[in-house]
Amino acid sequence: MKKNIIQNLGFIALFLCILITLFFLGSIIYFITVRGFKVISWEFLTQGPRMGMTQGGIAPAIVGTFYLTLGAILFALPLGIACAIYLCEYSPKNFVVNLIRISINNLAGVPSVVFGLFGLAVFVKFFGFGVSILSGSLTLGILTLPLIISSAQEALSAVPQSIREASLSLGATRWETIKNIVLPTALPGILTGVILSIGRVAGETAPILFTATAFYTRGYPKSVFSEVMALPYHIYALMTEGIHPDKQTAIAYGCSLILLFMVLMISGVAIFIRQRQRSIYG
Amino acid sequence: MKEKLYKWIFTILAFASLIFLIGIVIVLFKEALPIFQKVKPLEFILGRAWYPTYSTPEFGILPLILASVWVTFGATLVCVPLGVGSALYLHELAGHKQRAILKPLIEILASIPSVVYGFFGMVILTSLLQNLFHLPTGLTALNASLVLGIMATPTVCSLADDALNYVPKSFREASFAVGANRWQTLTQVVIPAAGSGISTAIILGMSRAIGETMTVLMVAGGAAVIPHSFLEPVRPMTAAIAAEMGEAPMGGSHYHALFAIALILFLTTFIFNIIAEIISRRFRIKLGLSG
Repeated sequence: MKKNIIQNLGFIALFLCILITLFFLGSIIYFITVRGFKVISWEFLTQGPRMGMTQGGIAPAIVGTFYLTLGAILFALPLGIACAIYLCEYSPKNFVVNLIRISINNLAGVPSVVFGLFGLAVFVKFFGFGVSILSGSLTLGILTLPLIISSAQEALSAVPQSIREASLSLGATRWETIKNIVLPTALPGILTGVILSIGRVAGETAPILFTATAFYTRGYPKSVFSEVMALPYHIYALMTEGIHPDKQTAIAYGCSLILLFMVLMISGVAIFIRQRQRSIYG
Repeated sequence: MKEKLYKWIFTILAFASLIFLIGIVIVLFKEALPIFQKVKPLEFILGRAWYPTYSTPEFGILPLILASVWVTFGATLVCVPLGVGSALYLHELAGHKQRAILKPLIEILASIPSVVYGFFGMVILTSLLQNLFHLPTGLTALNASLVLGIMATPTVCSLADDALNYVPKSFREASFAVGANRWQTLTQVVIPAAGSGISTAIILGMSRAIGETMTVLMVAGGAAVIPHSFLEPVRPMTAAIAAEMGEAPMGGSHYHALFAIALILFLTTFIFNIIAEIISRRFRIKLGLSG
């Protein structure tokens, strides 16, 4: 009898845990949606800031985040897929492969602000790209590389071995097999990984703090060497700089809602697709 | 010929991660070492005063290290019960349908950007805590711990849930067969069997909390003094780097000192990740899974 009472108490405690978790996360989304919604209008989405950040919109920040994310993915995608192909298709099981695996895992655990410093020292200073879209994109690209590699790896290893063997036995070479058989089959899985990384990159702030962003730029960026405004940095800057905290907080709510909405939509799509694939391939 | 060429291209590109990791290490050492010509490493780490911009600057980062330790500890107190508890709920109590909704939901929530968490802490939690404890400011170690803890919870939950799922069904069935009920099976068979997997989840969650920047930068309060209570403002290492790098003259002592902090931060998370790797490898061997 006593052990059933303990069991019930235990189960209630577990239920409370997940309830509290969902409550906190729900309240974040609730407050930002309700208060952010009031600020959002067509003008907010399509115009630049005016009157010392107290009026106008956040269009340059949206555009900046778009460029930075695009640049990061363009840089990380070929590298990441190539690395995954090597690890899944070519790699002999040896010391070198283990070393690469360990370095991917550790790269994934490096704090984002450290990537920022690396970008500052290497891209901004050493290569002389300055505080620019290019420096920011490269920094973000390195940060997202492990995520792209591991999802591409997962997609490649889900391709059944028998398909590869069938292709090889028909006389196709290794590369022909990869290009014509393995990659097309793994494509949806690889895309999922890419979408997930887009969601991650779009919300990162610390790596672009000293490599790409400015609180305010006149108009839109003109080249890859321009400073940009970016949504996540804009939220931070609105809350910590400037001289009209009240009006800026309202705009920051709008900014947060746009960012949150974008990121949740993007990762939601990716996770939904992945869930379906996992249930197909088991 | 062509075949070999492709193989070589992929082999070379595969080394990118390794090169970047080594690059990060080299850059951190190169930019950090000059500060140790001015301040001895031990004085740097154990020094109690962080006044990098004074005319006679002092570079002691003990207050920053302690702030990181306190905030990470606080976050762990929040994210371990919530994360592991939620994972156990998903594993043991959630039905098939509930699980199909909750699991992806928690994964999606793990992707909320840190700056949004920081913003939430600033606008909602701050005034709440200020009124609750009658504080001069709501931006405190407590606030940072709470926000970081909530933020790490989905990560811990997902990883712990994976670990629980690796435990073979036969373990549970054997336990039921000798008359244990579900709770006894969970606490005395499943959790110990998944123990190292769960510890890996916790370590990775902590590692994330130590390295997290934007949230602590926004809600921890930013005072570089040795913390005495959770209700005081603090300045963790990541916040110091992010807040001060913009103003530190490039190539000056302050600049090098900030890189030295980043180096310490990097080494700390590096050790955490290695430990997590070793534990998870043992865990897989113990349960007879391939390494």
